[in-house]
Amino acid sequence: MITHFLLKGLDRRVVVALLLILAVAVLVPVLNLVVPEGSPFHVPTYLVTLFGKYATYAALALALDLVWGFCGILSLGHGAFFALGGYAMGMYLMRQIGTRGVYGDPILPDFMVFLNWKSLPWYWHGFDHFAFAALMVVLVPGLLALVFGGLAFRSRVTGVYLSIITQAMTYALLLAFFRNDMGFGGNNGLTDFKDIVGFNVQADGTRAALFALSCLTVAAGLLFSAAIVHSKLGKVLVAIRDAESRTRFIGYRVATYKTFVFVVSAMLAGVAGALYVPQVGIINPGEFSPANSIEAVIWVAVGGRGTLIGPIVGALAVNWGKTWFTGVLPELWLFALGLLFVLVTLFLPKGIVGTISDLFARRRAAPPVDPTAQPQPAE
Amino acid sequence: MAHELASQSLLYLDDVKVSFDGFKALKGLSLVIEPGEMRAIIGPNGAGKTTMMDCITGKTRPDEGEVLFEGGSIDLTGLDEAAIAELGIGRKFQKPTVFESHTVEDNVYLALKADRGPFATLFHRLSGAEAARIDEILETVHLAERRAELAKNLSHGQKQWLEIGMLLAQEPKLLLVDEPVAGMTDAETMQTAALLRRIHASGKSVVVVEHDMAFVRELGVKVTVLHEGGVLSEGTIDHVASDPKVIEVYLGR
Repeated sequence: MITHFLLKGLDRRVVVALLLILAVAVLVPVLNLVVPEGSPFHVPTYLVTLFGKYATYAALALALDLVWGFCGILSLGHGAFFALGGYAMGMYLMRQIGTRGVYGDPILPDFMVFLNWKSLPWYWHGFDHFAFAALMVVLVPGLLALVFGGLAFRSRVTGVYLSIITQAMTYALLLAFFRNDMGFGGNNGLTDFKDIVGFNVQADGTRAALFALSCLTVAAGLLFSAAIVHSKLGKVLVAIRDAESRTRFIGYRVATYKTFVFVVSAMLAGVAGALYVPQVGIINPGEFSPANSIEAVIWVAVGGRGTLIGPIVGALAVNWGKTWFTGVLPELWLFALGLLFVLVTLFLPKGIVGTISDLFARRRAAPPVDPTAQPQPAE
Repeated sequence: MAHELASQSLLYLDDVKVSFDGFKALKGLSLVIEPGEMRAIIGPNGAGKTTMMDCITGKTRPDEGEVLFEGGSIDLTGLDEAAIAELGIGRKFQKPTVFESHTVEDNVYLALKADRGPFATLFHRLSGAEAARIDEILETVHLAERRAELAKNLSHGQKQWLEIGMLLAQEPKLLLVDEPVAGMTDAETMQTAALLRRIHASGKSVVVVEHDMAFVRELGVKVTVLHEGGVLSEGTIDHVASDPKVIEVYLGR
């Protein structure tokens, strides 16, 4: 049942994209670790980490496309799920520091010692085990999406109102995580990580492995999302996007479907965040900032929403542009991003991938002109 | 007496009242549809036709009154749209609403009677019986040739037919059809009347709301005239057409 489900998603484009992602997942670590540093083919470690970060953004964009592109839910708070996954991973990494912290406390992270806390808060228990942390990486964002989405969709909050409350959700979390007494390191967040499942997070090998894992997450996310989109459930999601009340009168519980896809998407975003944190070496409340979630929406729009591959392309392209731009004209980046969004909305409403596939479709459809097959004009 | 009526009916509305911000859309509407009956409902704008449909399908909850289904055994007023659709009441909207970015056949596929739960649809595989049913429905609504096309490319009249096809796919006991021939050519209107008569002949109950008198005459069934949220007159088309009250408020204008 599961294999049939997954295989159904494999159209030619998805297969090509999967092969490309897997090739990159192998090639870049090899070029970094095996090819000697003097060689022109050597990929320096900082680039491996940078690309690894991009890959986690691509997974976030993919998660957003699943809800926005296919079900019409414009979430402006998806960064919250990404950040929660990141915090879950950060808590695990903090517990791995042990006595190597500045204060050398075997149990308490440095910031708790600094705040004069005597014992670990209850919600930090269990995070010394990787398996538990890994579970929380998907469960915490999933649970938030279930409660928040469940309530919002049941109350039939849609369109711009839903976008606004998702934005409020991530902003509320931003404010909450800023507070020292929340127990998540306040303003500074969680940092100074030492190792992950026994490997030094700074080591080249670990970084290459994290890069490969990030690529695999994108690949797995793509495979799974494509399978969902091609299933009957995927068709129901598009039906909801196009004509919500019609779907309801046919007998589908719209709120249940929306909640389902919102939870799946939040979990994927959580995994992306969890892979992001060990690569950038820090997680702080800034990751909840509403601007981050909006940026993710722009990646999807630029790449082409409702195409699955587009958001991956969009996340890579916009972030590559951001890295380059913030190096040259850092103070103008936000203006450039805004301009990009306006231009894409005006001239490429289907995004990069959507526009390209339209061109191909037109070329394929153009030659066999059959006058009898003309669509009949509406009266 | 009232309950005896209810027990023999498919759909039973008794003294249904609905108001929106003080505007009384339905002022004690009563209506009985028998199993296997086809009924036409006419009335000027604002007579309460759409509000009545909303009450039956769970979109609007009546302030007062009873809405019962299947011999009075099921109270519809406490159920949501999806639950009512599952019970076997299908609805076609006034404005044709189909899933524009799905193909014609996928539109029917989504409407086919099947488990509506998300996990059932996630792992669903189209069965041979379902494929045959889709073929049959597309034949019925004259869209077999256009099955692979996106629904947005259909003409207005074809969208109306596709929507009727989707209704059939749900295998409802009762079809509520709101202005099925609005915007259709005369030829399409007559074809639609034939289509509805055929659906009725297959044993389904049908309620048709329509403005078009020629179309209602073509259907040749019992007519209910609504006016200002209540029933004004009921009977054959010739009976209501000669009813002085009807002539005054509706036909005479």
